[in-house]
Amino acid sequence: MSIAIHFTDVIKKYGDTTVIPGLSLKIKKGEFFTLLGPSGCGKTTLLRMVAGFNSIEGGEIHFDDKVVNELAPQHRNIGMVFQNYAIFPHMTVKQNVAFGLKNKKLPKDEIEKRVDDILEVVQISQFKDTLPENLSGGQQQRIALARAIVIEPDVLLMDEPLSNLDAKLRVEMREAIKSIQRKVGITTIYVTHDQEEAMAVSDRIAVMKSGEIQQVGTPKEIYQRPENIFVASFIGRTNVLERQINRREDGSYRLHMDPSYHVSIKDIVWSKETNQETMMAKLSVRPEEFIIDDDESGMEGTILTSSFLGMNTHYLVELGDGEHVEIIQESILGDYLPAGTLVKLRIKKEKINVFDHNTERTMLGGRSK
Amino acid sequence: MINQGKKRDVWTTITLGILIIYGLVLIYPLFILFKESFVSGDRGTFSLEHFYKFFEKKYYYGALFNSLKVTVAVTISTVILATPLAYIMTTFKIKGKLFLQILILISSMAPPFIGAYSWILLMGRNGVVTNFMKDIFHINTPDIYGFTGILLVLTLQLTPLVYMYLMGALKGVDSSLLEAAESMGYTGINKMLRVVLPLIVPTLLAGSLLVFMRALADFGTPMLIGEGFKTMPVLIFNEFISEMGGDDGFAAAISVIVVVLALFVFLVQKYISNRKSFSMNALRPIKAKQEKGFKNVLAHIYVYGFIGLAILPQVYVIYTAFLKTSGRIFVKGYSLDSFRVAFDRAGDALVNTFTLGLIALFFVVLIAILIGYVTVRRRNILTNGLDIMSMVPYIVPGSVLGIALLLGFNNKPLMLSGTATIIIIAFVIRRLPYTIRSSAAIIHQINPSIEEASASLGASNLKTFFKVTLPMMLPGVISGAILSWVTIISELSTSILLYTAHTKTMTISIYTEVIRGNYGIAAALATILIFITIISLLIFFKLTGRKEVSL
Ligand SMILES: Nc1ncnc2c1ncn2[C@@H]1O[C@H](COP(=O)(O)OP(=O)(O)OP(=O)(O)O)[C@@H](O)[C@H]1O
Ligand SMILES: [Mg+2]
Repeated sequence: MSIAIHFTDVIKKYGDTTVIPGLSLKIKKGEFFTLLGPSGCGKTTLLRMVAGFNSIEGGEIHFDDKVVNELAPQHRNIGMVFQNYAIFPHMTVKQNVAFGLKNKKLPKDEIEKRVDDILEVVQISQFKDTLPENLSGGQQQRIALARAIVIEPDVLLMDEPLSNLDAKLRVEMREAIKSIQRKVGITTIYVTHDQEEAMAVSDRIAVMKSGEIQQVGTPKEIYQRPENIFVASFIGRTNVLERQINRREDGSYRLHMDPSYHVSIKDIVWSKETNQETMMAKLSVRPEEFIIDDDESGMEGTILTSSFLGMNTHYLVELGDGEHVEIIQESILGDYLPAGTLVKLRIKKEKINVFDHNTERTMLGGRSK
Repeated sequence: MINQGKKRDVWTTITLGILIIYGLVLIYPLFILFKESFVSGDRGTFSLEHFYKFFEKKYYYGALFNSLKVTVAVTISTVILATPLAYIMTTFKIKGKLFLQILILISSMAPPFIGAYSWILLMGRNGVVTNFMKDIFHINTPDIYGFTGILLVLTLQLTPLVYMYLMGALKGVDSSLLEAAESMGYTGINKMLRVVLPLIVPTLLAGSLLVFMRALADFGTPMLIGEGFKTMPVLIFNEFISEMGGDDGFAAAISVIVVVLALFVFLVQKYISNRKSFSMNALRPIKAKQEKGFKNVLAHIYVYGFIGLAILPQVYVIYTAFLKTSGRIFVKGYSLDSFRVAFDRAGDALVNTFTLGLIALFFVVLIAILIGYVTVRRRNILTNGLDIMSMVPYIVPGSVLGIALLLGFNNKPLMLSGTATIIIIAFVIRRLPYTIRSSAAIIHQINPSIEEASASLGASNLKTFFKVTLPMMLPGVISGAILSWVTIISELSTSILLYTAHTKTMTISIYTEVIRGNYGIAAALATILIFITIISLLIFFKLTGRKEVSL
């Protein structure tokens, strides 16, 4: 029952403004796929095109082999969960969940059984006969989820389903959503702008910006090997440093972090057009990819602020040339380093990412991602 | 908006269907009316003779001036009276506020000509107040007939409309605005004039327009109390129904003049209010404060004084219904005779009021829901056209509509004049603009994603509407329907032209009994009508849990 979804050069325009200029993407059967991106990047727009609520101005969307561009939402066999739940307020929980099954004209006892089963799965059986207005946000969201998956849709679409819940419930519900999705195995497209949520639930994530996909990958790939600076800084926190890099005789590359601190790395893809041996690069170094040491080697810096946050301690460090970097270290038993301390910083060179200064695209290649 | 890509769905068909109906029962008759006004009565060719005739004789064009004079005076006085009323009711703690609100509504809902007739009983040539003043104090009370009377009756009748508009607007004023004004030294009257008034100007404009249209179109009041002071609706009626054979073309020409005037005022108002409109939303609406001393007393006097005066005619009518009559005059003592005769003579009218009214109500609600839905959820050229067309009756006075319908449906195959159908059509068309607005407002409050959820679960567009949208609209629709019902049963100016012996309604019976001088019977019938109104309104309050009404 689950399907693969293919987008080929999909275009969306509202009047004269193009919101999605041509997007291609393949979502695999049974996959939990997340669209992640800043506000206004077109996530909702894309999702609603899959649902059939938005027209498609160009390109094609396929459900398996079938083009669905012109298919009305009623006939797409989708399940949709809305940000505001969109529960029918005049129907009981049970009637809400049974609504889609009744449209399919299933026999009564079959409806009964499937409703009971799904209410069990989302754990709201005890509210079966209540009107939704008396239920909490989390409970309403469970109804919405049950209502969407009970019809055994080919694809489940969710648009920021958790954004109206408080932080704790959000974590609880996202676990629930994930485990339910695993259990029923529906291809799922999930929209969020919360990257932690995306990491927690997704098989794969597409990071979007201005209607264009920046990178598609597993949460791990996206975090550890971002394709470009935008992805690196949108996912998690990072420090972007501009440094010189030069190619050496032995085929390795050298990063000039500091007049006195150089790092040698491999697997750089040197752009073919440049004959120069030296060029500028942008480095993305995440706060936990620094090592503070009083070793001889390392960039010189001064601690500006330090805050103890329990498991970790955060430092803001000023480098020799006035740059500021954020550093996170696992807290140690003794005193943490006070402001004003002079330190030497080293980087975990396997973990950092190197980007072309102009294109801002990754220069890393070959190395296992 | 569900699937903008595929614009043609069942709603397109519905929109087209309603457009065709509107074209047939509204646009076509109005077109015929327009055509008639430019056709010579003798030769049947194009001519401006009717318009020449109108502007040649003072007797005719005087009516235009009279109408303008009344309408402008009424509009100004309602604004002057309603603004302090709404302000006091919002900011002062007034004793018995809830009860007063209900009285205000009732006073505005009864047909205005009942007010006119009651004022004649009170202050007319032989009125109780007139006689009392003359006998006891030897004072001649001012003449109630003519301009004064119309102004009095319509002002008292229509002030509540502006008041209700204003109460809505004042709810949107955040109390922090008033506090800010006070902190800058604006208090009392100054605060009201300099801070509150500018905020409610758009609403005042909207309310004034409604008052203007109602006053311009009102037929019953000037007919009863106007005497020599003729207004346009009266002139139209007289020319059309004239005993010496009415002049259709001339009546049509007068109608066109009224509609042009109404349209002009409508457009001016639109222009001004478009430039002045802004939206308000109060986090902390103004709370009524307990005032002390002189201010408090004055506020109570104003509120009770106005409402007393506004409700007086209806109370007095009810009172006279229980008086003994001998022939046509009231005599000492009480009895239910008037009611007995009323039921004998006008039992049919009661039945007609209910059957015609309920059938009309059914169509009003049905069409209003459909139009409201398509204009909110399926915005396109077609539905915009429908929106505009449905608002046409707003500027077409009832008597004009009546004549248009008669002219339009006087021949086969559309021979409708004299039937119940034509009255129902008139009721429906006249009430629709208001009901459409309220149903559109209800749909605006329903989140579109609820309908999308339904569609995503496989429900067709129609099924979504009937299973999801309509049930959610229902509470609002029912309360809107009650208000429509109340206005339908008090309709006079169109039905007076369209009725026959078989389709006489309560309002027409009351009117004819008043004209014949059967005051007892008229009072009894009016009492019944007032009670139907009150009961309907009480049901409305019960259902909505509201204390106010927005029209
Ligand atoms: N109906 C519409 N008409 C015109 N422009 C629209 C419409 N809907 C969305 N847009 C525009 O399309 C762009 C993408 O909007 P969309 O709602 O898809 O963003 P989003 O990624 O879902 O953002 P958010 O995280 O805030 O929900 C925005 O610039 C928005 O202004
Ligand atoms: Mg969105």
